[in-house]
Amino acid sequence: MAASGQGPTASEYVIHHLTHLNTLGHPQESLVDFSVLHLDTFFFATGLGMLTVWLLYRAARHATSGVPGRFQNFVEMLVELVNEQAKGIIHNPESRKFVAPLALTVFVWIFWMNFMDLLPVDLLPRIWEGIYVAAGGDPHHAYLRVVPTADLNATLGMSIAVLLISLYYNLKIKGVGGWVHELFTAPFGSHPLLYPVNFAMQIIEYIAKTVSHGMRLFGNLYAGELIFILIAMLGGTATVFGFLGHVIAGSIWAIFHILIIVLQAFIFMMLTLVYIGQAHESH
Amino acid sequence: MNLNATLIAQLVVFFILGWFTMKYVWPPLMKALDERAAKIAEGLAAADKAKTDLALAEKRAVEELRKAREEAAAMRSNAEQQAAKLIEEARVEASQIINRAQRAAEEEARASVQRVLQELREEVARLALVGAEQILRREIDAKAHAELIQRLKEELK
Repeated sequence: MAASGQGPTASEYVIHHLTHLNTLGHPQESLVDFSVLHLDTFFFATGLGMLTVWLLYRAARHATSGVPGRFQNFVEMLVELVNEQAKGIIHNPESRKFVAPLALTVFVWIFWMNFMDLLPVDLLPRIWEGIYVAAGGDPHHAYLRVVPTADLNATLGMSIAVLLISLYYNLKIKGVGGWVHELFTAPFGSHPLLYPVNFAMQIIEYIAKTVSHGMRLFGNLYAGELIFILIAMLGGTATVFGFLGHVIAGSIWAIFHILIIVLQAFIFMMLTLVYIGQAHESH
Repeated sequence: MNLNATLIAQLVVFFILGWFTMKYVWPPLMKALDERAAKIAEGLAAADKAKTDLALAEKRAVEELRKAREEAAAMRSNAEQQAAKLIEEARVEASQIINRAQRAAEEEARASVQRVLQELREEVARLALVGAEQILRREIDAKAHAELIQRLKEELK
Protein backbone atom coordinates (compact mmCIF):
# COMPACT_ATOMS: atom_id res chain seq x y z
CA MET A 1 0.00 0.00 0.00
CA ALA A 2 1.54 3.23 -1.09
CA ALA A 3 1.37 6.00 1.45
CA SER A 4 0.34 8.41 -1.27
CA GLY A 5 -2.72 10.66 -1.50
CA GLN A 6 -5.85 8.56 -1.41
CA GLY A 7 -4.22 5.45 0.18
CA PRO A 8 -5.33 4.36 3.61
CA THR A 9 -3.48 5.45 6.71
CA ALA A 10 -1.49 2.89 8.63
CA SER A 11 -4.20 2.34 11.19
CA GLU A 12 -6.86 2.12 8.50
CA TYR A 13 -4.77 -0.46 6.68
CA VAL A 14 -4.31 -2.57 9.82
CA ILE A 15 -7.95 -2.35 10.85
CA HIS A 16 -9.07 -3.18 7.33
CA HIS A 17 -6.91 -6.27 7.42
CA LEU A 18 -8.22 -7.34 10.81
CA THR A 19 -11.88 -7.02 9.93
CA HIS A 20 -13.79 -10.13 8.96
CA LEU A 21 -16.05 -10.57 6.00
CA ASN A 22 -19.30 -11.40 7.76
CA THR A 23 -22.96 -11.79 7.00
CA LEU A 24 -23.64 -8.24 8.19
CA GLY A 25 -21.60 -6.54 5.46
CA HIS A 26 -20.08 -4.19 8.05
CA PRO A 27 -17.95 -4.83 11.13
CA GLN A 28 -19.78 -6.50 13.99
CA GLU A 29 -20.36 -4.03 16.80
CA SER A 30 -21.64 -6.15 19.67
CA LEU A 31 -19.17 -8.45 21.37
CA VAL A 32 -21.30 -11.56 21.07
CA ASP A 33 -23.91 -12.03 18.38
CA PHE A 34 -24.81 -15.52 17.28
CA SER A 35 -26.80 -14.31 14.30
CA VAL A 36 -23.57 -13.30 12.55
CA LEU A 37 -21.24 -15.61 10.66
CA HIS A 38 -17.70 -14.87 9.56
CA LEU A 39 -17.91 -15.91 5.93
CA ASP A 40 -14.16 -15.73 5.36
CA THR A 41 -13.27 -17.87 8.36
CA PHE A 42 -16.01 -20.33 7.55
CA PHE A 43 -15.01 -20.53 3.89
CA PHE A 44 -11.28 -21.00 4.50
CA ALA A 45 -11.67 -23.28 7.51
CA THR A 46 -14.14 -25.54 5.74
CA GLY A 47 -12.21 -25.46 2.47
CA LEU A 48 -8.93 -26.30 4.18
CA GLY A 49 -10.73 -28.95 6.24
CA MET A 50 -11.94 -30.52 3.03
CA LEU A 51 -8.44 -30.28 1.56
CA THR A 52 -7.12 -32.00 4.68
CA VAL A 53 -9.50 -34.92 4.59
CA TRP A 54 -9.16 -35.19 0.82
CA LEU A 55 -5.38 -35.50 1.11
CA LEU A 56 -5.69 -38.02 3.91
CA TYR A 57 -8.42 -39.89 2.08
CA ARG A 58 -6.29 -40.08 -1.05
CA ALA A 59 -3.45 -41.61 0.95
CA ALA A 60 -5.87 -43.99 2.65
CA ARG A 61 -7.49 -45.07 -0.61
CA HIS A 62 -4.15 -45.94 -2.20
CA ALA A 63 -2.75 -47.46 0.96
CA THR A 64 -1.38 -50.93 0.39
CA SER A 65 1.04 -53.04 2.33
CA GLY A 66 3.47 -52.76 -0.60
CA VAL A 67 6.24 -50.24 -1.05
CA PRO A 68 4.74 -46.80 -0.35
CA GLY A 69 5.24 -43.74 -2.53
CA ARG A 70 6.59 -40.52 -1.07
CA PHE A 71 3.21 -39.00 -0.38
CA GLN A 72 1.82 -42.14 1.16
CA ASN A 73 4.97 -42.53 3.19
CA PHE A 74 4.63 -39.01 4.51
CA VAL A 75 0.99 -39.48 5.47
CA GLU A 76 1.85 -42.78 7.10
CA MET A 77 4.59 -41.09 9.09
CA LEU A 78 2.06 -38.54 10.33
CA VAL A 79 -0.37 -41.31 11.18
CA GLU A 80 2.32 -43.18 13.08
CA LEU A 81 3.34 -40.02 14.93
CA VAL A 82 -0.23 -39.26 16.00
CA ASN A 83 -0.94 -42.90 16.78
CA GLU A 84 2.11 -43.18 19.01
CA GLN A 85 1.13 -40.02 20.89
CA ALA A 86 -2.45 -41.22 21.24
CA LYS A 87 -1.30 -44.61 22.52
CA GLY A 88 0.89 -42.95 25.13
CA ILE A 89 -1.86 -40.67 26.41
CA ILE A 90 -5.13 -42.56 25.99
CA HIS A 91 -4.93 -46.13 27.20
CA ASN A 92 -8.41 -47.11 26.10
CA PRO A 93 -8.19 -48.68 22.61
CA GLU A 94 -11.93 -48.24 22.07
CA SER A 95 -11.67 -44.47 22.61
CA ARG A 96 -8.58 -44.29 20.42
CA LYS A 97 -10.62 -45.46 17.45
CA PHE A 98 -12.23 -42.04 17.41
CA VAL A 99 -9.73 -39.84 19.22
CA ALA A 100 -6.60 -40.80 17.27
CA PRO A 101 -8.11 -40.05 13.82
CA LEU A 102 -9.58 -36.87 15.26
CA ALA A 103 -6.15 -35.83 16.50
CA LEU A 104 -4.66 -36.52 13.07
CA THR A 105 -7.31 -34.39 11.38
CA VAL A 106 -6.85 -31.63 13.94
CA PHE A 107 -3.11 -31.60 13.40
CA VAL A 108 -3.22 -31.47 9.61
CA TRP A 109 -6.21 -29.16 9.47
CA ILE A 110 -4.76 -26.63 11.89
CA PHE A 111 -1.46 -26.81 10.04
CA TRP A 112 -3.21 -25.78 6.82
CA MET A 113 -5.19 -23.05 8.55
CA ASN A 114 -1.97 -21.72 10.10
CA PHE A 115 -0.22 -22.09 6.78
CA MET A 116 -2.49 -19.42 5.30
CA ASP A 117 -0.44 -17.00 7.38
CA LEU A 118 2.56 -17.61 5.14
CA LEU A 119 0.75 -16.33 2.06
CA PRO A 120 1.52 -12.67 1.36
CA VAL A 121 -0.84 -10.69 3.57
CA ASP A 122 -2.26 -8.68 0.71
CA LEU A 123 -2.51 -11.43 -1.89
CA LEU A 124 -5.92 -12.92 -1.27
CA PRO A 125 -7.49 -9.71 0.16
CA ARG A 126 -6.40 -7.84 -3.01
CA ILE A 127 -7.89 -10.50 -5.28
CA TRP A 128 -11.08 -10.41 -3.21
CA GLU A 129 -11.17 -6.61 -3.44
CA GLY A 130 -10.97 -6.91 -7.21
CA ILE A 131 -13.86 -9.37 -7.29
CA TYR A 132 -15.88 -7.34 -4.78
CA VAL A 133 -15.46 -4.12 -6.71
CA ALA A 134 -16.16 -5.86 -9.99
CA ALA A 135 -19.41 -7.07 -8.41
CA GLY A 136 -20.24 -3.42 -7.66
CA GLY A 137 -19.14 -3.32 -4.02
CA ASP A 138 -17.41 -0.59 -2.08
CA PRO A 139 -13.66 -1.39 -1.87
CA HIS A 140 -13.64 -0.12 1.72
CA HIS A 141 -15.99 -2.92 2.65
CA ALA A 142 -14.04 -5.66 0.84
CA TYR A 143 -12.94 -7.30 4.07
CA LEU A 144 -11.16 -10.64 4.03
CA ARG A 145 -9.13 -12.49 6.60
CA VAL A 146 -7.53 -15.63 5.30
CA VAL A 147 -6.17 -17.23 8.48
CA PRO A 148 -9.05 -19.05 10.17
CA THR A 149 -7.01 -19.82 13.27
CA ALA A 150 -6.45 -16.10 13.80
CA ASP A 151 -10.18 -15.89 14.43
CA LEU A 152 -11.15 -16.57 18.05
CA ASN A 153 -14.40 -18.13 16.89
CA ALA A 154 -12.59 -20.88 15.05
CA THR A 155 -10.15 -21.75 17.80
CA LEU A 156 -12.74 -21.55 20.58
CA GLY A 157 -15.12 -23.57 18.43
CA MET A 158 -12.54 -26.31 18.24
CA SER A 159 -11.58 -26.14 21.90
CA ILE A 160 -15.24 -26.29 22.91
CA ALA A 161 -15.62 -29.31 20.65
CA VAL A 162 -12.73 -30.90 22.56
CA LEU A 163 -14.48 -29.99 25.81
CA LEU A 164 -17.67 -31.69 24.61
CA ILE A 165 -15.72 -34.81 23.67
CA SER A 166 -14.00 -34.89 27.02
CA LEU A 167 -17.36 -34.51 28.82
CA TYR A 168 -18.73 -37.34 26.71
CA TYR A 169 -15.84 -39.64 27.65
CA ASN A 170 -16.13 -38.61 31.31
CA LEU A 171 -19.71 -39.84 31.26
CA LYS A 172 -18.92 -42.91 29.16
CA ILE A 173 -15.96 -44.12 31.17
CA LYS A 174 -16.97 -43.17 34.70
CA GLY A 175 -20.74 -43.23 34.38
CA VAL A 176 -22.99 -40.43 35.57
CA GLY A 177 -22.54 -41.35 39.22
CA GLY A 178 -18.80 -41.74 38.98
CA TRP A 179 -18.32 -38.46 37.22
CA VAL A 180 -20.59 -36.50 39.57
CA HIS A 181 -18.73 -38.09 42.46
CA GLU A 182 -15.46 -36.96 40.96
CA LEU A 183 -16.80 -33.43 40.37
CA PHE A 184 -17.50 -33.05 44.08
CA THR A 185 -14.67 -35.01 45.67
CA ALA A 186 -11.66 -34.19 43.53
CA PRO A 187 -9.14 -32.63 43.84
CA PHE A 188 -9.27 -31.95 47.62
CA GLY A 189 -10.98 -35.06 48.95
CA SER A 190 -14.31 -36.46 50.03
CA HIS A 191 -15.78 -34.31 52.80
CA PRO A 192 -19.15 -32.53 52.70
CA LEU A 193 -17.47 -29.25 53.56
CA LEU A 194 -15.13 -29.64 50.60
CA TYR A 195 -17.86 -30.42 48.03
CA PRO A 196 -18.46 -26.80 46.95
CA VAL A 197 -14.75 -26.05 46.80
CA ASN A 198 -14.07 -29.15 44.75
CA PHE A 199 -16.95 -28.43 42.40
CA ALA A 200 -15.85 -24.85 41.90
CA MET A 201 -12.31 -25.99 41.19
CA GLN A 202 -13.55 -28.52 38.65
CA ILE A 203 -15.66 -25.92 36.83
CA ILE A 204 -12.77 -23.46 36.80
CA GLU A 205 -10.48 -26.18 35.52
CA TYR A 206 -12.77 -27.06 32.63
CA ILE A 207 -13.26 -23.42 31.68
CA ALA A 208 -9.56 -22.65 31.99
CA LYS A 209 -8.57 -25.64 29.93
CA THR A 210 -11.00 -24.84 27.17
CA VAL A 211 -10.33 -21.12 27.01
CA SER A 212 -6.57 -21.48 27.17
CA HIS A 213 -6.71 -24.23 24.56
CA GLY A 214 -8.49 -21.98 22.09
CA MET A 215 -6.75 -18.76 23.12
CA ARG A 216 -3.24 -20.16 22.78
CA LEU A 217 -3.67 -21.02 19.12
CA PHE A 218 -5.59 -17.84 18.40
CA GLY A 219 -3.05 -15.64 20.18
CA ASN A 220 -0.08 -17.07 18.35
CA LEU A 221 -1.64 -16.82 14.93
CA TYR A 222 -3.24 -13.46 15.52
CA ALA A 223 0.08 -12.02 16.64
CA GLY A 224 1.83 -13.64 13.70
CA GLU A 225 -0.65 -12.21 11.27
CA LEU A 226 -0.36 -8.76 12.83
CA ILE A 227 3.40 -8.84 12.50
CA PHE A 228 3.13 -9.82 8.85
CA ILE A 229 0.80 -6.85 8.37
CA LEU A 230 3.25 -4.51 10.09
CA ILE A 231 6.13 -5.86 7.99
CA ALA A 232 4.04 -5.34 4.87
CA MET A 233 3.62 -1.71 5.90
CA LEU A 234 7.40 -1.33 5.91
CA GLY A 235 7.41 -2.28 2.25
CA GLY A 236 4.43 -0.03 1.80
CA THR A 237 6.53 3.02 2.54
CA ALA A 238 8.14 2.48 -0.89
CA THR A 239 11.55 3.61 0.36
CA VAL A 240 14.85 1.74 0.13
CA PHE A 241 14.86 1.29 3.88
CA GLY A 242 11.29 0.07 3.83
CA PHE A 243 11.96 -2.31 0.97
CA LEU A 244 15.05 -3.81 2.58
CA GLY A 245 13.29 -3.94 5.93
CA HIS A 246 10.36 -5.71 4.38
CA VAL A 247 12.56 -8.27 2.66
CA ILE A 248 14.78 -8.97 5.67
CA ALA A 249 12.16 -8.83 8.41
CA GLY A 250 9.62 -10.62 6.23
CA SER A 251 12.05 -13.45 5.49
CA ILE A 252 13.09 -13.86 9.10
CA TRP A 253 9.55 -13.78 10.42
CA ALA A 254 8.26 -16.14 7.72
CA ILE A 255 11.01 -18.67 8.40
CA PHE A 256 10.36 -18.42 12.13
CA HIS A 257 6.66 -18.74 11.45
CA ILE A 258 7.16 -22.05 9.68
CA LEU A 259 8.16 -23.39 13.08
CA ILE A 260 5.28 -21.65 14.84
CA ILE A 261 2.54 -22.96 12.59
CA VAL A 262 3.68 -26.56 12.90
CA LEU A 263 4.37 -26.23 16.59
CA GLN A 264 1.00 -24.66 17.34
CA ALA A 265 -0.82 -27.31 15.33
CA PHE A 266 1.11 -29.98 17.22
CA ILE A 267 0.41 -28.34 20.59
CA PHE A 268 -3.29 -28.11 19.85
CA MET A 269 -3.35 -31.78 18.87
CA MET A 270 -1.39 -32.84 21.95
CA LEU A 271 -3.66 -30.86 24.28
CA THR A 272 -6.69 -32.38 22.57
CA LEU A 273 -5.28 -35.80 23.38
CA VAL A 274 -4.31 -34.80 26.90
CA TYR A 275 -7.70 -33.30 27.78
CA ILE A 276 -9.56 -36.28 26.38
CA GLY A 277 -7.06 -38.56 28.11
CA GLN A 278 -7.80 -36.85 31.44
CA ALA A 279 -11.45 -37.78 30.99
CA HIS A 280 -10.32 -41.41 31.12
CA GLU A 281 -8.46 -41.09 34.40
CA SER A 282 -10.26 -41.13 37.68
CA HIS A 283 -8.85 -39.04 40.47
CA MET B 1 -12.79 -9.60 18.65
CA ASN B 2 -16.34 -10.70 18.33
CA LEU B 3 -17.91 -14.01 19.07
CA ASN B 4 -20.60 -15.25 16.78
CA ALA B 5 -22.07 -18.22 14.94
CA THR B 6 -18.72 -18.92 13.29
CA LEU B 7 -17.85 -20.67 16.54
CA ILE B 8 -20.75 -23.08 16.17
CA ALA B 9 -19.97 -23.64 12.51
CA GLN B 10 -16.35 -24.41 13.31
CA LEU B 11 -17.45 -26.81 16.04
CA VAL B 12 -19.72 -28.68 13.66
CA VAL B 13 -17.06 -28.80 10.92
CA PHE B 14 -14.61 -30.10 13.52
CA PHE B 15 -16.87 -33.04 14.32
CA ILE B 16 -17.62 -33.77 10.68
CA LEU B 17 -13.93 -33.84 9.75
CA GLY B 18 -13.11 -35.99 12.75
CA TRP B 19 -15.90 -38.39 11.88
CA PHE B 20 -14.79 -38.57 8.25
CA THR B 21 -11.21 -39.33 9.22
CA MET B 22 -12.31 -41.96 11.70
CA LYS B 23 -14.56 -43.60 9.12
CA TYR B 24 -12.62 -43.40 5.86
CA VAL B 25 -9.01 -42.44 6.51
CA TRP B 26 -7.77 -44.09 9.68
CA PRO B 27 -8.86 -47.74 9.25
CA PRO B 28 -7.37 -48.36 5.76
CA LEU B 29 -4.15 -46.61 6.70
CA MET B 30 -3.77 -48.58 9.92
CA LYS B 31 -4.61 -51.76 8.07
CA ALA B 32 -1.96 -51.06 5.44
CA LEU B 33 0.59 -50.20 8.11
CA ASP B 34 -0.13 -53.37 10.09
CA GLU B 35 -0.04 -55.48 6.97
CA ARG B 36 3.27 -53.97 5.91
CA ALA B 37 4.71 -54.54 9.37
CA ALA B 38 3.62 -58.17 9.17
CA LYS B 39 5.13 -58.47 5.69
CA ILE B 40 8.41 -57.01 6.81
CA ALA B 41 8.49 -59.35 9.80
CA GLU B 42 7.84 -62.26 7.45
CA GLY B 43 10.58 -61.11 5.13
CA LEU B 44 13.06 -60.81 7.97
CA ALA B 45 12.15 -64.26 9.24
CA ALA B 46 12.57 -65.68 5.74
CA ALA B 47 15.95 -64.02 5.41
CA ASP B 48 17.03 -65.51 8.73
CA LYS B 49 15.86 -68.93 7.66
CA ALA B 50 17.67 -68.62 4.35
CA LYS B 51 20.84 -67.71 6.21
CA THR B 52 20.67 -70.75 8.46
CA ASP B 53 19.80 -72.90 5.45
CA LEU B 54 22.80 -71.58 3.62
CA ALA B 55 25.08 -72.28 6.58
CA LEU B 56 23.69 -75.78 6.79
CA ALA B 57 24.19 -76.39 3.08
CA GLU B 58 27.73 -75.09 3.29
CA LYS B 59 28.47 -77.44 6.14
CA ARG B 60 26.99 -80.33 4.19
CA ALA B 61 29.04 -79.43 1.12
CA VAL B 62 32.24 -79.38 3.16
CA GLU B 63 31.30 -82.74 4.65
CA GLU B 64 30.63 -84.22 1.20
CA LEU B 65 33.90 -82.87 -0.12
CA ARG B 66 35.77 -84.40 2.76
CA LYS B 67 34.07 -87.74 2.21
CA ALA B 68 34.82 -87.71 -1.51
CA ARG B 69 38.45 -86.91 -0.82
CA GLU B 70 38.70 -89.77 1.64
CA GLU B 71 37.08 -92.14 -0.80
CA ALA B 72 39.47 -91.13 -3.56
CA ALA B 73 42.42 -91.66 -1.26
CA ALA B 74 41.11 -95.09 -0.27
CA MET B 75 40.62 -96.02 -3.91
CA ARG B 76 44.11 -94.93 -4.80
CA SER B 77 45.78 -96.98 -2.06
CA ASN B 78 43.59 -99.92 -3.03
CA ALA B 79 44.70 -99.65 -6.63
CA GLU B 80 48.32 -99.40 -5.59
CA GLN B 81 48.00 -102.54 -3.52
CA GLN B 82 46.29 -104.31 -6.36
CA ALA B 83 49.02 -103.29 -8.79
CA ALA B 84 51.74 -104.45 -6.39
CA LYS B 85 49.99 -107.77 -6.07
CA LEU B 86 49.69 -108.16 -9.84
CA ILE B 87 53.36 -107.39 -10.31
CA GLU B 88 54.29 -109.92 -7.63
CA GLU B 89 52.13 -112.59 -9.25
CA ALA B 90 53.63 -111.88 -12.66
CA ARG B 91 57.12 -112.13 -11.22
CA VAL B 92 56.37 -115.52 -9.62
CA GLU B 93 54.81 -116.85 -12.81
CA ALA B 94 57.71 -115.64 -14.91
CA SER B 95 60.24 -117.36 -12.67
CA GLN B 96 58.21 -120.56 -12.85
CA ILE B 97 58.16 -120.38 -16.64
CA ILE B 98 61.90 -119.78 -16.72
CA ASN B 99 62.52 -122.74 -14.40
CA ARG B 100 60.34 -124.99 -16.44
CA ALA B 101 62.05 -123.93 -19.67
CA GLN B 102 65.44 -124.49 -18.05
CA ARG B 103 64.49 -127.94 -16.93
CA ALA B 104 63.12 -128.85 -20.37
CA ALA B 105 66.29 -127.61 -22.03
CA GLU B 106 68.48 -129.65 -19.66
CA GLU B 107 66.43 -132.75 -20.33
CA GLU B 108 66.63 -132.16 -24.02
CA ALA B 109 70.37 -131.77 -23.79
CA ARG B 110 70.68 -134.92 -21.73
CA ALA B 111 68.55 -136.89 -24.22
CA SER B 112 70.66 -135.65 -27.15
CA VAL B 113 73.80 -136.70 -25.39
CA GLN B 114 72.33 -140.19 -24.81
CA ARG B 115 71.24 -140.45 -28.42
CA VAL B 116 74.62 -139.32 -29.72
CA LEU B 117 76.32 -141.78 -27.38
CA GLN B 118 74.04 -144.58 -28.63
CA GLU B 119 74.81 -143.75 -32.25
CA LEU B 120 78.48 -143.53 -31.46
CA ARG B 121 78.37 -146.99 -29.81
CA GLU B 122 76.58 -148.55 -32.77
CA GLU B 123 79.04 -146.93 -35.12
CA VAL B 124 81.93 -148.14 -33.11
CA ALA B 125 80.39 -151.62 -32.98
CA ARG B 126 79.82 -151.59 -36.75
CA LEU B 127 83.33 -150.28 -37.37
CA ALA B 128 84.71 -152.95 -35.12
CA LEU B 129 82.67 -155.53 -36.90
CA VAL B 130 83.79 -154.21 -40.30
CA GLY B 131 87.35 -154.17 -39.11
CA ALA B 132 87.11 -157.69 -37.76
CA GLU B 133 85.39 -158.86 -40.94
CA GLN B 134 88.16 -157.44 -43.03
CA ILE B 135 90.68 -159.04 -40.82
CA LEU B 136 88.99 -162.38 -40.73
CA ARG B 137 87.38 -162.26 -44.17
CA ARG B 138 84.96 -165.02 -44.72
CA GLU B 139 86.02 -166.69 -41.58
CA ILE B 140 83.34 -165.05 -39.64
CA ASP B 141 79.75 -165.77 -40.26
CA ALA B 142 77.63 -162.74 -39.33
CA LYS B 143 74.85 -165.00 -38.31
CA ALA B 144 77.03 -167.41 -36.33
CA HIS B 145 78.74 -164.60 -34.60
CA ALA B 146 75.73 -162.35 -34.00
CA GLU B 147 75.74 -163.32 -30.36
CA LEU B 148 79.34 -162.34 -30.03
CA ILE B 149 78.76 -159.02 -31.73
CA GLN B 150 75.76 -158.41 -29.60
CA ARG B 151 77.82 -159.01 -26.46
CA LEU B 152 80.46 -156.72 -27.73
CA LYS B 153 77.88 -154.04 -28.33
CA GLU B 154 76.60 -154.52 -24.81
CA GLU B 155 80.07 -154.15 -23.38
CA LEU B 156 80.61 -150.95 -25.30
CA LYS B 157 77.69 -149.38 -23.71
